[in-house]
Amino acid sequence: MVEISLHVLDIVQNSIKAGASLVEIIIDENVADNLLTITVSDNGCGMDSEFLSDVTNPFRTTRTTRKVGLGISMFKSAAELTGGSFEIWSELGKGTGLRAAFVYDSIDRQPLGDMASTMSTVIHANPDIDYVYTHSYNHNTFEFDTREIRTVLGSEISLSQPEVLKWIENYIKNEIENICGGAI
Amino acid sequence: MKSLAELEQIRKQTLAKVNLRKEDDDSIRVVVGMATCGIAAGARPVMKAIMDEIEKRNISNCYVTQTGCIGLCRLEPIVEVYLPGSEKITYVKMDADKAAKIVNETIVNGKVVNEYTIGAAKEN
Repeated sequence: MVEISLHVLDIVQNSIKAGASLVEIIIDENVADNLLTITVSDNGCGMDSEFLSDVTNPFRTTRTTRKVGLGISMFKSAAELTGGSFEIWSELGKGTGLRAAFVYDSIDRQPLGDMASTMSTVIHANPDIDYVYTHSYNHNTFEFDTREIRTVLGSEISLSQPEVLKWIENYIKNEIENICGGAI
Repeated sequence: MKSLAELEQIRKQTLAKVNLRKEDDDSIRVVVGMATCGIAAGARPVMKAIMDEIEKRNISNCYVTQTGCIGLCRLEPIVEVYLPGSEKITYVKMDADKAAKIVNETIVNGKVVNEYTIGAAKEN
């Protein structure tokens, strides 16, 4: 993956597959602590402890079209390559969460990339799921919650309408630029 | 500055179009592979290009969905187009420019872009 945002897109597909109705994504760019932390958690079906203990193994997958599952293992190795860390937790029937911490100024850290595009893509993937997206840059934070968007749109209009997705993407992009002081 | 007021405007404008965008038998369905393999190969900009083109051209008889791994990872990004009453068209090794072209050629004009199809890729 050339961008961290692509890992996030990939990881959220797991939450969608797990039947989650709410997915929370937290991006924390803390330059002072030299850390970029990505947290994704859902209320999907979760994993049993046996599967969880082996989930970062690239040869562990639920898919049937091929024998490898690279999503989580690649995200983990991307974080560890920078000297960062990775953790994943899950409870059957409750949900799953994971956190990847990247060393911010490591030469091996991929750019965060286009998170606005990732968010519009995951919303499009399943417009019935609610997403809470929180992005912090040092002490500036912005939060985006699809439930608020639904309140404005009402029940007739799906979040998957192209005009709505476009608005969401531009909105998140602008907000990220605002908290980062225009420099991303 | 994009605001919620602007979203309210979009709601009003879209409301009129929504009824036209019913997912029925006459609609064209476009499916983009969005598993790890697809994403790593560039499926996100492909999806974005398709959505942008549909929005720009105000196409109402087409809906776009995502799927997981189709099992042909080496040919990703893959875009499948289902034209009503005809066989599925599988486009492989897509990028944003090719995706915009298939919206114009296949979705708008109903023509197959042979050079991007899986059949053409397999001959090479």
